[in-house]
Amino acid sequence: MFIVAYRKIFFTIGALLVALSVFFVIYDGLNLSIEFTGGSVVTISYPEIEPVREQIETAISEVVVDTATIRSVGENGYSIRTRFLEDSERVLLLEALRFGGEFVVIEENFSSVGPSVGAELVKKTFVAIGLASIAIVLFVAFAFRGISKPISSWWYGGIAIIALVHDVLIPTGLFAFLGVVVGAQIDVLFVTALLAILGYSVNDTIIVFDRIREKLKYNEDKKIKQSLEEVVGKSLQQTYARSINTSLTTSLALLALYFFGGQTTQYFALVLLVGVIAGTYSSIFLAGPLLVTVEKVLRKRK
Amino acid sequence: MKYKIRSIILIVLTVLAGYFLYASQVGTDGLAARFPFKLGLDLAGGSQLTYEADTSDIPESEVNDRLDSLRQVIEVRISRRLAAGALGVLEANIQQEQSVFASSPRMIVELPGVTDIEQAVEIIGTTPELDFRLVNENASEQATTTEEIFVTTGLTGRFIDRASVQFAGAGGSMQGVREPVVSLRFNKEGAKLFSEITKENIGKPLAIFLDGELKSAPVIRDEISNGEAVISGNFDIDEAKQLVADLNLGALPVPIELVSTQSIGPSLGKETTRADVVAGALGLGLIMLFLIFWYRLPGVVASVSLLGYVAIILVLFKLIPVTLTAAGIAGFILSVGMAVDANVIIFERIKEELRAGKKMKEAFDEGFSRAWSSIRDANISSLIIAVILFWFGTSLVKGFALTFGLGVIVSMITAITVTKAYLYAFAKEERGTVLNFLFGTGIPIISKWRREK
Repeated sequence: MFIVAYRKIFFTIGALLVALSVFFVIYDGLNLSIEFTGGSVVTISYPEIEPVREQIETAISEVVVDTATIRSVGENGYSIRTRFLEDSERVLLLEALRFGGEFVVIEENFSSVGPSVGAELVKKTFVAIGLASIAIVLFVAFAFRGISKPISSWWYGGIAIIALVHDVLIPTGLFAFLGVVVGAQIDVLFVTALLAILGYSVNDTIIVFDRIREKLKYNEDKKIKQSLEEVVGKSLQQTYARSINTSLTTSLALLALYFFGGQTTQYFALVLLVGVIAGTYSSIFLAGPLLVTVEKVLRKRK
Repeated sequence: MKYKIRSIILIVLTVLAGYFLYASQVGTDGLAARFPFKLGLDLAGGSQLTYEADTSDIPESEVNDRLDSLRQVIEVRISRRLAAGALGVLEANIQQEQSVFASSPRMIVELPGVTDIEQAVEIIGTTPELDFRLVNENASEQATTTEEIFVTTGLTGRFIDRASVQFAGAGGSMQGVREPVVSLRFNKEGAKLFSEITKENIGKPLAIFLDGELKSAPVIRDEISNGEAVISGNFDIDEAKQLVADLNLGALPVPIELVSTQSIGPSLGKETTRADVVAGALGLGLIMLFLIFWYRLPGVVASVSLLGYVAIILVLFKLIPVTLTAAGIAGFILSVGMAVDANVIIFERIKEELRAGKKMKEAFDEGFSRAWSSIRDANISSLIIAVILFWFGTSLVKGFALTFGLGVIVSMITAITVTKAYLYAFAKEERGTVLNFLFGTGIPIISKWRREK
C-alpha cells in the first residue's frame, strides 16, 4: 500500500508539524491561565455609561500597583487580570472602578487563585499526563503480549506513545501560537482536552494495531509467510475507512460545539478538534508504518 | 424472530426514556419532575471558595477528625443562614480535598446561587479561635513573643458546648456597674481536660486567647470540674454577643485561610447551557445524517441506537445524579461522536465479510465477533484516561471525566447489544440487490463515478 511505501514522506510531514509546534512553544511560550500561575481575574461590565479605557487603567493601577492586563469583553465589558487579590482588595478595586458612584459597575465574574493552588496544579498536570502515558504503554504492551514476532509487543506500546506525543504536541503548539495572536490561554480545560486527546489517540492507534495483530496471528496459524510491510499495508487498507469515519463523526460533534456551544468550551472544542485530526493522521500514517521501520532496523542489526 | 422482539422492546424502552426526559424537563409536578438535571456552578451561577486548613499545630492522628468537624461547622453556619432566609442557596456543597501535591488540606465550599463573593465569604465567617494557654515556666527572661511565654494546653474553642453572655458584678469601687462576660460550658471531653489543667496548675494564671490575642489571664484558684468557665476581658455588650454567637455556631476547629475564590454570574451560565444544548442537538443531527448517507440501512440502525444511547445517558445523568458542568457537557458531546465508533468498526467488518461472499447471518456473526477485540481494547484505553482524569480532577475536570467515562461504557454496551439486536432483526437468509445496496456503503453517485473511472 502506498502509505507504507511512501512512509518517509509521511514521517517527514509529522516531524515537521511537531517541530513547528515545539518552535511555537519555545518561541512564544505558553500563555498560562491564573489557574496555574495564581492571580485574579475580574470581569466587569458597565451597563449604562462607560469610562474611558485610560481611566480604568489608572483606577486599577492605584489599587493593584503591579501590572494588570485589561482586555475588552463583549460590548461594554472588561476582563482584568491581576496578581492574587485578597477579598478586601477586590472590594477596593470594584469601588475604584465605580469612580465614586459615577459609573454603574456589574461584576460578572471573579476568580482568584492563590499561588500555592496554582503551583500544585502544575505538578498535578505533569503527573497526570505522565501517569496516563505510562498506563497506556503498559496496557498496550499487555494487550499485544500475544505477538512477539517479528517485533516485541513493547514496540507497539512505544510507538503508541510516539503517536501520542505527536497528537498532544500539535494542539499545544497551535495554542502557543494562538496565545500570541488572540490571547488563548492554557487552562484546566485545555489540559482536560489534552488528556482526552491522549485517550483518543491511543484508542485510534489500537484499532490499527489490533488489525495487524489479527493478521499476524492468522499468518502464524496458517503458516503463511508474509512480510510485516505487507501485513501493515493490508491492515491499514482495511482500517483507514473506519479511522476517517470515526474522526469525521467526532469532528462533526466538535465543530457543532465550537461554532454553537458555550463560550467556555469553545477553545476546548478547538483543541480537541485539532487533536482528533492529528490523532487520525498519526494512527494511519505514523503508527503502522513506524512498526515497519522498526522491524527493518532491527533486522539489519542482526 | 428473537431479535425482532428484542428490537421492539428496545425501541419502546428508548421512547420511554425519551418521554421520561421530556416529562422531567417540562412538567413541574409528578414523579419525573423530581429528577432535574443537576447543574454545576459554572452553569447555574454561584460561588466557590477554597480554604486551606492550617493543620501544622494539630497532631497527625487528629487531623481527620478536626477536618470533619470543620466541615460540619461550616455546614451548620450555612444552613443557619439558609433557615434565616438570607441566602438563595439551593444546596451548598462542601468538600474536603486532600491531595498528595498540597501541603495542607483544602476545604472547597460551593454555594450555587450566591454570586456575591463578599456575602459568601461572610457566611463562612472569620474564625473566633479560642485557645487556653499556660505560662511557660522554662521561658527565658528575654522571651518576648507569646509563643515563647505561653504554652498551649490543647484546650480550644472546639471543646465548647455552649456559650452565653452574662453580667458579672465588678468588685471594688466600681460596685454596681455590671460588666458583660462570656460564660462557657465545655463538652464532656473539654470538661475533663479543663479539670485536669486546673487541678495541676492551682495558683498559676490561665491565659485565654481569642484569635491569638490575650483576652484575660485569671489565676486558677481551685480545680474546676463542672466544665464551666468565664471569660472576662473588657468586652462591650455587642462584642460579647458576637463572640457568643460565633462560639455557639461552632468555633472553627482548624484555622483556615481563603486561598482561591470564584464566582460566576447567572446570566453567563444560562447562555452557556442554551448554547451547549443547541450544539449537542446539532452535532447529533449531523452525525445521524452522515451515518445514514454513508452506511444506508446500518446507518439508520446506528442512528436509532445512537438516539437510544443519548436517552440512556441523559437518564443516567438525572438518576445518579451527575453534576453537569460546561466541561461535562462537552465530554458528553465528544462521547456522542465517539459512541458511533463501535458501530463504524462493526459495520466496516460486516461489509468486509459480505464482500468475501459470506451469507448475511454469517457475516453478521463474524463481524461482531471480530470487531469485539478492537472495541474492547480501544475502550479500555479510553477508560484508563477517564479514571486518571477523575483522579486529577478539580471539580471541572471531574465533571468531564465522569460524563466521558460513562459515555464510553454505555456506548460500548449499546453498540454490542442494541445495534446488534436491530441489525439482526433485518438479517435475511438470501441476499438480493436491494439488501446488497442497503448494506453497502458510500454515496451511490460517487461510487459509480469511481467505478467508471
